[in-house]
Formats: sequence, C-alpha cells, structure tokens
Amino acid sequence: MMSIMKIFSSIILALVGGVIFVSQVKAFEINELKSATGIKAWLVEDHKNPIITIKFAFKGGTGQDPQNKEGLAYLTSGLLDEGAGSIKSLDFQKRLNKNSISMSFKVTRDYFHGSIVTLTETSDEAFRLLRLALISPRFDDESLNRVRNQMVVNLRNRKENPNRIAARAWWKASFGQHLYGRDKLGTETSLNKITSRDLKQFKERIFAQDNLVIGVVGDITSGHLKKKLDEIFGQLPKQAQVTELPNAEIKNFGQTIIVNREIPQSVVVFGHQGVLRSHPDWQAVTVLLEIMAGGFGSRLMKEIREVQGLTYSVSAYPLALDKAGLIIGTVSTVNERVAKSINLIRKSWKKFGESGPTEKEVRDARSYLNGSFGLLFTDSKKIAGILVSMQKNGLDVGYMKRRSELINQVSIRQLKQVAKRLFQHEKLTFSIVGQPVNINRTMPTSTIN
Amino acid sequence: MMLSNPYLKYICFTAWAFFACCHATNISLAQVFDPTRFVLKNGLEIVVITDHRAPVVTHMLWYKVGSADDPPGNSGLAHFLEHLMFKGTTKYNAGEASKIIARIGGTENAFTSYDYTAFFQIIAPNHLSTVMDIEADRMRNLELTERDILSERDVVLEERRSRTDNNDVALFREQLASSMFLSYPYRIPIIGWKHEIEKLDIKAVMHFYNRWYNPNNAVLIIAGDVSPMDVKSLAQRYYGSIPKGPEVARVRIADPPHIAARRVVMKSSQIGQTRWTRRYLAPSYQYGESRHAYALQLLNEILGGSTSSRLYTKLVVERKDAVSAGSWYGADNLGPSTLGIFASPVKGKTIKELEGAIDEQIDLILTKGVSKSELSLAKKRLRRSAIFARDSVTAPARIIGNLILSGQKVHEIEYWPMKIEAVTRQDIIDAAKAVFQLNRSVTGILSPKNPT
Repeated sequence: MMSIMKIFSSIILALVGGVIFVSQVKAFEINELKSATGIKAWLVEDHKNPIITIKFAFKGGTGQDPQNKEGLAYLTSGLLDEGAGSIKSLDFQKRLNKNSISMSFKVTRDYFHGSIVTLTETSDEAFRLLRLALISPRFDDESLNRVRNQMVVNLRNRKENPNRIAARAWWKASFGQHLYGRDKLGTETSLNKITSRDLKQFKERIFAQDNLVIGVVGDITSGHLKKKLDEIFGQLPKQAQVTELPNAEIKNFGQTIIVNREIPQSVVVFGHQGVLRSHPDWQAVTVLLEIMAGGFGSRLMKEIREVQGLTYSVSAYPLALDKAGLIIGTVSTVNERVAKSINLIRKSWKKFGESGPTEKEVRDARSYLNGSFGLLFTDSKKIAGILVSMQKNGLDVGYMKRRSELINQVSIRQLKQVAKRLFQHEKLTFSIVGQPVNINRTMPTSTIN
Repeated sequence: MMLSNPYLKYICFTAWAFFACCHATNISLAQVFDPTRFVLKNGLEIVVITDHRAPVVTHMLWYKVGSADDPPGNSGLAHFLEHLMFKGTTKYNAGEASKIIARIGGTENAFTSYDYTAFFQIIAPNHLSTVMDIEADRMRNLELTERDILSERDVVLEERRSRTDNNDVALFREQLASSMFLSYPYRIPIIGWKHEIEKLDIKAVMHFYNRWYNPNNAVLIIAGDVSPMDVKSLAQRYYGSIPKGPEVARVRIADPPHIAARRVVMKSSQIGQTRWTRRYLAPSYQYGESRHAYALQLLNEILGGSTSSRLYTKLVVERKDAVSAGSWYGADNLGPSTLGIFASPVKGKTIKELEGAIDEQIDLILTKGVSKSELSLAKKRLRRSAIFARDSVTAPARIIGNLILSGQKVHEIEYWPMKIEAVTRQDIIDAAKAVFQLNRSVTGILSPKNPT
C-alpha cells in the first residue's frame, strides 16, 4: 500500500508541477533569484495574463509595538498608501485607482505584510509608488488623524463583537503579559499617543533588507524583476532592528472563562499548546488536526454538527507563531446546549489522545492533504502568498516536491505518540462569550479584562 | 485607506463582485472566458470554460431556484434543502460522498442566494467523473430520514444564530431589506426567519426538491483543465439518463408602487459608532427600467466605488463629515435591485449634517451630472477588472454561473461591454433621476446604545 501511495503522490506532484503554465514550462518552477544589490525573491513566471503580483513580508509585526503605543504597527499599515515622497494622500489614492493598482498592507503578531497587484502596462507606476510608500511615506497629520480616527471607530465597533471578545479573552488568559497576549489593534488611549515620529521610527526599524522575504508571480521575467527589486527595495537599510521576542509559553491552561453577553448563542474559543513550525512533529500535527477537525467527516464535525446538530461550524487547527505553537479552535452553540458541545470536544480530545487515529483515518487524511495541495495554486495572490510563507518558515524550494513524501512518511506509530503528547483534554482552555447554561468558570473575568 | 465595512462585506456577499469582474470589459466576455454551451435532451444546460493553466477543474451544478422561491410561511426552505443535499441518497450513505471527494483531494461546498442554489467541487481533472456521478445521483435520489431533518434543522438554526441573531448589524440589515421591498420576496432573508425555519419539515422539503431539482431546471458549469468534448460525453453519461422533470414556472409576487420614504432606526450595544445607510429601489438587468442598469454601474463607480470616489473624497477626506463612505449596486438580480449608500459620521457630526452632505452629492449628480474624465476613468476601471478576473482558475465558473442564473443568456453577455461603452453623460443623469427618489428609499440608522 505504501508504495502505491508513493506512486500516487508522485503523480500528484507532477500535476502540481504543471500548476501555472503547463503549456510553457514543463514543471511548476520557482525561480530563486538575487538582484545586483542582493535583494532575494522567489519568482513564478506566468505570461498568460498581463498581471504582476508581488507579496512580501518584513519580520517584525505587532509584537514590536512599544509599551503604551500598542497599535503602532497596525496604524503604520493603514498609512503607507496615504501619500509618500512629494505625492500627497489624495493624489496617491488617485494614482492607485486611476491605474487599477491594488496596494495593501497588513500586520500579524510577527510580520508586516505588503502586497501589490498591477497590470503589466501600469507596473512601472505601481513599483514606483510601492518604493515611495516603503522609503518615504509622508505620515501627514491630516492622514494620521483621519486613519487613526477610522481605527478608533473600528476598535469601538469591534469591541463588542462576541467572536473578538472570546478570542481576546483566550489570548489574554493564555499569554498574560507576553506580547502575544496584547491586543494588536491597540487601544483608544494607545492609538491616541502615537505620533508621526513613532511611525517613522517604526518604519526605519522594520523596513529593511535582512528581514525581508518576497514572492512574485506573473508577467515578469527574472531579468526585469531583478532590476525592479533593486528599484523598489534597494534603498532600504541593510539591517533591521527587530527586537527578538521571548518564547511564549501558555501560562494558564485548563481554564474556563465566561464573559457574559446577552446573545442567544455562546461563542467559544478553545485551545492549548501545540508545536512550532520548525518542530520535527509538524507534519504529524498537520495530519492529526486534519483527522480531528479538517472539515466534513472529521471527528469534531461529525460528532458535534452532523450527528447532534449542535453547531454550524466547529474548527481546530495548528497555529505556528514565531515564538509559540498552538492548537486553537472555535465552536458556537445556543446557550442552552453549549455545555454539550464543550463536553463532546473534551471527550473527543481525550479519546484521540488515548488511542490516536485509526489506520483508515490516516490513509484518508494523507490522501486529502496530498491531493488537495495542488488545488491551492489557483490564483496569483495565493501562489505569491505561499512563496512568502515558505520563505518565512525557512523552507527551500524543494519542499514543494518533498511535502507529500514527508506526509506519507509519518507512521501511524508516530502519530499515536504525537497524539498522546499533544491532545491533553485537561489542558484545554475554553473562553466562552454569551450566557452559557451549566458551565462554571474557573477564572474570574476580571483577571482577563 | 478604506476600512472594511459591514456594508462592503454585504457587497461581497451578493454576486455583485463577480458581476463587475466579468462584465467589465470592452472585449466580449466570450473572448475573456470563451464559454462553450450545449443542452442535453433532458434539458440540462451545460457551459464549459476551458483554462489549461492549472490541473484543476471546478464542477458546479446550479439550480434555478433560490430563497425568493420559498413558499410563503416556509422561508429558509431553499437553503435548508441545500444543507440536506449532503445527506444520503439511494446510492451513498450520509457522509459517504463527502468522504470520497475528500479522499481524491477535492473540496466541495454549496451556496444559496435569492435566485439560485449551487453545489460545487474543485478537483484534479482525472476525477471529474467521480464528482459527476455523485452530483447526478443526488439530483433525483436524495433519501432523507426524520432524524436528518431534525439534526440539520438545528444546524441551520445555529447557522442563523452565528450569522444573524448574535450580530446586531446583521439583524439590522434584515430589517432594512424587509422595509425595502413591500411584497417582493427579497424582503425575506435567504436563511429564513427563525420561527419559520423551526417548522420546516420533511414533507415541505421533499415537495420542494421534487418540484425544482430536475435537469431541465439546472445549469452545469465546468471550468478549468478540460475539453468541451470530454465534458459532453461525461455529462451525457452521468446526467443524460436523468428523466426530464415537469416544467415549473417561477411566479413571484410584485411590489405595489413605493410612495413613502421609510426610516428604520435601531440601537445596539454591539457598535461604537453610528452607521447610516440608504437604499434606493433600482432596476436590474431583468426587472424594472433595465435600460438604466448599465449607467447605474458607472454611476455607482463614480459616486462611491473607491477611495477616489466622490463620496469618499468629499465626505471623508475633504469635509471630514464621515469616517467612511461609499456605495454599491448590482444589476444581476432576477427581481428588483437597490443602489445603496453607506456612511459613518465622525464624532460630533449629527446624522442630519451627514445626510445633508450626502444629499448634496446626489443633487450635484442630478443637476450637473458627471465629468467626461470621470466617466471615461470609470469605464476603464471596469474594463480592467475583467483582466484581473481571469487570473483565478476557479472564479470563472462562479462568475458565469451567477450571470446565467440571473437571467442572462451566454450570447447576451457578450453585448454588455458595448452597452457600457455606449453610456453617455446624459444617460447617467437619466439613471440618477430614475433612481434617486426619496419616496422609493429606505434610510437606516443604527446607533450605539451607550455612546462613547
């Protein structure tokens, strides 16, 4: 069976190989390139449509926000397309819109992400605007105040969103004072303290060359891209000043937190420690979570949704941050029955930890994980995103081809061992927002607010 | 930057985004996606879009029935049936088909709109026959038990709680839609009213299923790494043997004339800043004064379609009346449509001031129209979005399906670019005059219970 699986996976690989442009290039080809000044990027060339997509990430996200200035990274991400160089905000937006250029930035706890999508005919303008946005964003008072105000309003509007409350409570309870426990959007008070000087300093610290990864897809040759990489990123400082965050261990586990809100359905976030992306068990964890919560037919979906009708959606997945590995999930059930959902999750967790997966489950999960991989590469933005995340995770281009072999190599024995270590039902922390019936809190809400 | 706004999310939710993508071109759609169309003897219409860039196929079966066809008092029935289609058939036990699809590395899902219900799988090309077998089987062979109905009805009620009942903004939007249309079934939410979902039973479901789920009431769209000839023979094999069903007429009740401006006001403890919105009754391609549909798309683009639009630049950037502002419009409905405007006032501005500023912008359009350069830029932006739409290997099936199920014929779709190009500045004024009538509008104000 194993050898058949291997043949099967190599066929899939060949298919993945042709993902972008079967007619032009024999295999899915990631071109690792380096510009004259040393800027590195991964490129997948595709000339079928006159579109170029660039995604990139600087290491250093909201975890870099100074104390009392939480939200700095987030605010910076909202201001880069608000004027740069001699081009003021309105004009900058007009140039983007006039040329149908999509420029966007977002932040996570560990990274500052950027993306630009342009037609080939407008690419020179797009790259010029991107360079300006990264090198000399204006951070004018008018833009700063307007965007800050938008973010404050956004914060106020999201403050009472049950999903957000549940997630915030979980993170805060789990990580306490570690930077991961803080709100990446900041607070009204902290946002109001941020000055254009702070924004400039952040930009100078984080936008650099040695913490940058780039993925490019589309209508551009490697020769041309190299030149453009120098133009866009060549003037950035060589070295970033990123503060290395300490490892984040979950402080509190096995807790139940309840935040009372008058809503008919309780929103639950649950989870416990997982593994880092670099951990040798990563592939095993991926297979296990696929079996446990990978959509229709998975254990949780079957138990909680299909058989009992207790929820529309239950999920759990491995989340690998730079300094913490987690298994995190969500479920939502009407207040009167949510205790049942939670008990079923605990039970499934316990059973999975004790006996691990069955052989059939493992076969099916491998088959899905390998077969569906090729379906991820269906548009330029997705492909560029994968190129960036592979580089962030320190993978080499050969990983594409090795992936299914790695998944197939995980033995059922290993899976059982990992399941035993990983799935510890008594360590799950549940954060519940709503008016859950028959559930007792173990931690007062005041400690996490 | 433009903050994500719940009203913008609403736009994504409706088919408008797809519409703009594929229609927005001055080369014909046939040249963009080059669809091949044929019809089986049992009436099943099949459209194939070939794209060999990736070894991926999207297989989508669309039924010409949506929530607006729910029988009175049984709201949510079309959507409930969509859920139940994942239960067992005479051939496969409940969950078995999903397992097969997962095992071949495929993904599957389904969605219900006002005008249609669609089921899809995304797979590698060599598995096309597997999903055709599964999809053709459940078109006529669904086998439901009382237990399926009870547990899945609970799932749908939980879905409603997640999407709507837990969320004041969604609840408010439901009330707005209900005030917008006086009789037309778009006034009822796709997922249904809670008290009606609770009573849906197996009899209603099976009656609905037998009436609407037939080959002559469906469109099969296949897009990706396939050839039309292969699709034809496979479709003949799997779908061809299903007998033609009875002809069914879709009769929908119509609104009486709208003669009063409506205002819907709600308070919420879940939001921190007041949201203002207004929807004007508008034609679609198929309904009302449809000749305005093309001009309205351009008008919407100019008025509130981007951060360089009139509403955003005037209200948000220059005058600082609003934190956010924009508009939306979609022509791809079988029934009537709406042109919507949204804005959120900055702290210290009253709703009256905000409304005044928006009315001023509308008056400007009504009296002075739009400039030549504004119009040509809007045309260019729409045209270019067609090129971006081609980037995705999986999106075209959805784009084409949405258009066909909204009443467009494949060949008709080709004329769209010319009609957009032909829109004049006078057409924009005429369309604006037809639509911007307060007595055919609903204004909604959702404000915080505890203002900060």
